[in-house]
Order: sequence, then structure tokens, then C-alpha cells
Amino acid sequence: MAYKTLVGLEIHVELSTKTKIFCGCSNEFGNDANTQCCPVCLGLPGALPVLNKAVVEYAIKAGLAFNCQIAKETRMDRKNYFYPDLVKGYQISQDDIPLCSNGYIEIDTEEGPKKIRIKRIHIEEDTGKSIHTESGDTLLDYNRAGVPLIEIVTEPDINSKEEAQKFLDSLKATLQYIEVSDCKMEEGSLRCDINLNIVDDEKGLKSNITEIKNLNSFSAVGRAIEYEEERHKALLEEGKNTVKETRRWNDVDNKTEVMRSKGEATDYRYSVEGDIAPIKIDEAWIEELRNNMPELPRQKMERFIKEYNLPAYDAEVLTQSKDLSVFYEETVKLADDPKQVSNWVMGDVLRRINDEGVEVKDLKFTPKDLAALLKLINEGKISNNIGKKVLREMFETGKKPKDIVEEKGLIQISDEGQLREIVSKVLDENEQSVIDYKNGKTKAMGFIIGQVMKATRGKANPQLVNKIVKEMLDER
Amino acid sequence: MLSKEEVKYLADLAKIHFSVEELDKVTAELSEILEILSEIKEVDTEGVEPTYSISGKVQPLREDVVKPSLPKEEVLKIAPEEQYGYFKLPRIID
Repeated sequence: MAYKTLVGLEIHVELSTKTKIFCGCSNEFGNDANTQCCPVCLGLPGALPVLNKAVVEYAIKAGLAFNCQIAKETRMDRKNYFYPDLVKGYQISQDDIPLCSNGYIEIDTEEGPKKIRIKRIHIEEDTGKSIHTESGDTLLDYNRAGVPLIEIVTEPDINSKEEAQKFLDSLKATLQYIEVSDCKMEEGSLRCDINLNIVDDEKGLKSNITEIKNLNSFSAVGRAIEYEEERHKALLEEGKNTVKETRRWNDVDNKTEVMRSKGEATDYRYSVEGDIAPIKIDEAWIEELRNNMPELPRQKMERFIKEYNLPAYDAEVLTQSKDLSVFYEETVKLADDPKQVSNWVMGDVLRRINDEGVEVKDLKFTPKDLAALLKLINEGKISNNIGKKVLREMFETGKKPKDIVEEKGLIQISDEGQLREIVSKVLDENEQSVIDYKNGKTKAMGFIIGQVMKATRGKANPQLVNKIVKEMLDER
Repeated sequence: MLSKEEVKYLADLAKIHFSVEELDKVTAELSEILEILSEIKEVDTEGVEPTYSISGKVQPLREDVVKPSLPKEEVLKIAPEEQYGYFKLPRIID
């Protein structure tokens, strides 16, 4: 296929500052409608916006994490349009001098590392939230009006949905590591729009760029890219072309559709925000932020590979979330085998976290508890499988592994005499299997072992059972 | 010289409605004002930095400290209509 897909992303991220961008109203999510409003964020006449220092700081941190240049002097601009969620009739944003510019995020592709360029990161205010009722009205909550946003714009360097996924994973992990946003797509604190077209350089074909909005998950981003690639290709093959337009992702029908036009031209008529003086960024401030930058996901991943001798895949999964990486590392400090800890954290722990949609920090057990569980396994007190059962109990009750093992009598039976007795009884009860085994059906041994495990409710030491069953079968 | 179409476009963006007579009048007046102002274009600005602010002030930044918001009842007083604590507005197409 000679077509190449060009994707650029525009990502809006709500910053987790305590207050809004231009006033002291709380920036907390999820409170009663219209309880976090004041004359400034309601756009009342005469109210003056005053820029929040933390917003500038968070945006600079994001810029540094994504290898951007930071503007020494910048300003705010007005972007004019009429819409009820915008209280002033204009949004305070940044036009031609974004706070951060010319950065990149490096992702791993099959052809090796690849830089996705970031064109700019600017600061702006969020709009109010509208709810459309079934009776046809629009209800507005202005708690979100004035919530600080950074808009991150990439160059069209992304060539597939896989690359988009990797880019977004890395972006999200980094923003969480530097603690500037919780990046919860389901709460709208991270929103992503796609710009896409396809080109065929040999044939000199090029589709017109379409913009896709309303993407509510990273998975939707991938599916929308796939859908649009095919749509653009089909039109070009027919000798037609796409219309330069904004489309909406329909997650139910798994397709994009044209957004109804408001019937008027968009003409933002950017102008300087006269209520906010020029913003000067002190070099010393940037240096201070640079020096206090925490370890970023990629650096941590590389350190995990080196320090704990983990496969790249493990290191990548474990460092995708800051909380998970901390949980892993704290467990490793108390345990013997980093790879074993990785298997458990990436396996049973992470699976359960994902299945139940819980956060690492809300787990009922601690790294110390997990390390204690692994110790019980490694000392042969319980088997690996029983360990998994104990972990399930830890998820639910938060009880200590040792207490669970004692309460439920899960201590592994490693007493050879005791096991021989049990095996002998099982063999007596399953004469047919013994005969089958003697006739060369080795599968019968598996059945016998299963029966022994059943008789001991899984507590028998599996290696020992294996050995004893084999011996006793051969003796018969 | 401004055309009537240009004035109509600007009026639409500003959500202002002009009658036929008003459009004629405003087009003529705006054209005249623009012509007077166009003299400024004759000034040679080669090598002059654009001026975005004349106060010479640098924006002071506010510490990130929560201050009380308005009581909800006060906020909803400015709503054309209220429902369930929200501003109720006619349907908007998006």
C-alpha cells in the first residue's frame, strides 16, 4: 500500500491547580453546578482576570518534560466566538506566542525510536459545561468556566493508530508523573482531537484534512484513525476527495459523521487580551523547575531495565503509571527476585486493578504485604496457586497474607509420609486410571495428580506430589 | 472602502442586526473612519517592534490559593431561567 497516513493531534489537558486560571474559585471536579463561580469566571462587566502563577508553572513543567523551548516573554489573546458556554463572548487563550514550542515525545516503533514533534503548548481557559436535555433545553454549569487548560498541538508526524496510542500513553504517563493533571478522559480532564489525511507520493494523491472531535477514550482515537484512513482511501480510489471539515466520532456506530455546521463562518478575530499585561518568564524560574523535574517514565523504564534486569516490556508496563511503578519498586526492596515481583504486579495485581477500575493507591494491601506473600511462596509454605488465592483475598479484605494462610489452613503439605498416604488412597480409589497409566496413557497421571490436589484442597506441594505419584504408580 | 457585504459579515459576527437603511449608513460611516485611519499606514514601521501594551507593566501572577466563590443563589440570579441549579437556555445546535 503506497498510502501514508498523516495524523496530528490536539490535546486539551485540564491542569490540577487548586484554583482556576484567572480567579480564586476552586478548581475541584464534581461539585454541585454553579457553586464555583465569581464575577471573573462569569464574565461580569468590570471584573479583571489575574493569571494564576501555578498555571504558568505547570505549563512550563509540561513544556520541559516534552523538550520544548519556553518563551521568555508571552501574552494572552482573545479568541472571539459566540456560544453560551463561553461567558465573555471570547476565550482567553494564546495565539502567536505560545508559552512552550518546538518540543517532541519519543516513542518506540517497530523501526526503532521515533520523535513525534510537538509544535506548541499554550495556556487557556476552559468553557462551561452544557447538558442537552431531552425536552430540548440546554443546561449550563459554569464551574468549569475558567478551569486552566494546556493545549498541546503536534506536527502531523503520527503515521498509524499504534503510533497514536503510544504517543498518548507516553503523554499521559508523563503528565501524571510531573503531577500537572490527573488525565482522566472519562472526567474530561484529557480531551483529544485528530487531524488526518492520507498521501500517495508516487501518484501525487493527497486527501483533504479532516478534523475529528468527540473522542472519549484512547481506544476511540485508534478506531477513528482506522475508520478515517479507510474513508479517505476509498474516496481517493474513486477519483474523489474528502471535504475539509470537522467530523464527530460516533462511538456506538463506530464511525465518524459530519458535525452539523452552525451555519456561520468561524472567524476568531484574535486580538490582544488588554486586561492582562505581558507575561515575563524569569530564566531562573525555568532553571529551578528544570532542576526539580522528577524522573520521567522513559528514564524510569531505562533504570528498571538496568537496575532490576527486567525485560523492556515489563519495564514499560510497570512505568506507565507512576503509582504502579512506585508500588513495584517498594515491593522489590522487600523481596528477593525483581522478575518474580514484576510477574505478580504486571499479572494478577494489574489485571485485577484494570478489571475493577480501581486505582493503585486505593488497594487494600501494601507492597509490604505483597512481599510477605511472595516470601511465603518462596519458602515453600504455600504453593504458587494458593498464593494467587491468597492475593484475591488480600484484594477483598486487605488481611495480611500470613493471617489468611493460617485462618484458612492453607499451609502447604510438604510432609512426604502424609502425602504418600493420600496418594495411596487416591490410587486405590482410581484403579482404572492406574491401569490406563500402565497401558501407556501418561495422561492418566495428570488425572491422579489432580485428584490428590483436590483431596488436599490444593495445599499439597506440587513438586512433591509429582514425584510421589510417579514413584507409586511405577511401584504398582 | 468597505463593501456592504463586509459590514454585513462583521455585523453577523457581532450578532447585530441592521435594517437596509442602517446598513447603508453604517457602511458609509465606517468607510469614512477607515479612510481617515488609513493615514497611519503611511508611517514607516520598518524595524519597529510591535507594541502590545503601553503601560510597560509586567503581569503580576496570583498565588494559587482558593477564595470563596459567590453563593449559588447569587450566581443563578443572572440566569435568564434556572432549572436544577443550572442556567437554562434554549437549545443550541452543535
